[in-house]
Amino acid sequence: MQPGYGAPRMILPDKTMAIEEAVARIGNGATVMVGGFGVPGTPFTLIRELVRQGQKDLTVIKNDANEKHLGIDHLLANGQVTRLITTHIGLNPRAIELMNAGRIEVEFCAQGILAERVRAGGAGLKGFLTDIGMDTDLARNKPAFELNGEQALLETALRADVALIHANRADVFGNLDFTATARNFNPLMAMAADLVIVEAETLLPLGGLRPDEVHTPGPFVDCVVQLQELTAEYDVVQR
Amino acid sequence: MSNAKARMIARAAREITPGMVVNLGIGLPTRVVDHLPAGYPVCLHTENGLSGIGPTLPPESADRNLIDAGGAYVSTIPGSAFFDSAVSFALVRSGRLDLTMLGAFEVSAAGDLANWKIPGRFSPGAGGGIELAQKARRVVVLTTHTDRDGKPKLLCECTLPLTARHCVDRIFTDLAVIDVTPEGFALRELADGASIDSVLDATGAPLALPEGRIPVF
Repeated sequence: MQPGYGAPRMILPDKTMAIEEAVARIGNGATVMVGGFGVPGTPFTLIRELVRQGQKDLTVIKNDANEKHLGIDHLLANGQVTRLITTHIGLNPRAIELMNAGRIEVEFCAQGILAERVRAGGAGLKGFLTDIGMDTDLARNKPAFELNGEQALLETALRADVALIHANRADVFGNLDFTATARNFNPLMAMAADLVIVEAETLLPLGGLRPDEVHTPGPFVDCVVQLQELTAEYDVVQR
Repeated sequence: MSNAKARMIARAAREITPGMVVNLGIGLPTRVVDHLPAGYPVCLHTENGLSGIGPTLPPESADRNLIDAGGAYVSTIPGSAFFDSAVSFALVRSGRLDLTMLGAFEVSAAGDLANWKIPGRFSPGAGGGIELAQKARRVVVLTTHTDRDGKPKLLCECTLPLTARHCVDRIFTDLAVIDVTPEGFALRELADGASIDSVLDATGAPLALPEGRIPVF
């Protein structure tokens, strides 16, 4: 029901929080979605705080495992990850070594299927049918169906306990926008977790983002952390 | 890079026709774009969320938030668009991608592609490769004709785990242009300096030869 004529104007709640307090809500054994594709969109500062606090037995869902000494690699090096759901870890030799040594379990997804599983989880769906990967190792253990005369695999939706999101701009209610290819998995994961923590390069007051500019609407977001500085990890990678 | 490889890449560029939406896989395929003339009407797509890719930039002028799927710092051009990963693969899976160019470990005579996994040696994950191979309207492969040990990469059947079945339409190698037809591999063009016999020797499956003069690239 919307406010009637002459009713008082509401104010949207303020979700800004200290980073220590936001990350302390993550428990041992949590499943954690992490935005980013390579460097762009990876929430390096939230990851650093998670490393500092040291929560254990995490299942991490991220497109990639970053590179050595960047992002997710710090969680791996610190022994906090037991399971990784990902699409490609070729740029992180440590992740490959841990996988080959059996010290982390890795589940690979086709990249767009990972995106779609997260999207489905964020949309309150249980899964979807697809023919992607039918003829690959990735089809193993997935129920197959015949649909209109074609074979299709069941892909289950993914949700997480926590999503760690990097936004370009956020207002205090948690309306977000992303920039360039730093968008990638961020808006999808921001819909697919019970606790959504956002680090924002720029924090704006209410109204600072025009309604048409919002990529992720505030109701999906729980905690907004303003970045005090952009550390070297966010920089252009020198190869 | 050898002359033969450079000629292969230049020849592959002619596969891109005006108006196409094209995704160039990591590695050799990304070099194809260097052979397109300025102002050529084509839309390059990268699966991490950009259509309308502009030139690659050196680190000092790069935007830290703007990369392609291979991690190269790229730029935008007038008309570029950014989107999330679900939208990016919706574009691929729904048939909006006209052409993809991919690398290969092996290609079978039926057009099966293996390019993501060598059990026990190389298994970093497939990234977006499965969807590109399975759903692009046209799939062409750029590869050396043989592997580092001189063994054929074009085979009757793939021995490595597949990326997708019946997906490859055409193969550009350092020796030849070969099509995958319902009857198997068919030679279309020869690299400058390559002989029919050298191509037959380097191919691990029957190869149909054209009648008449064979074009050279």
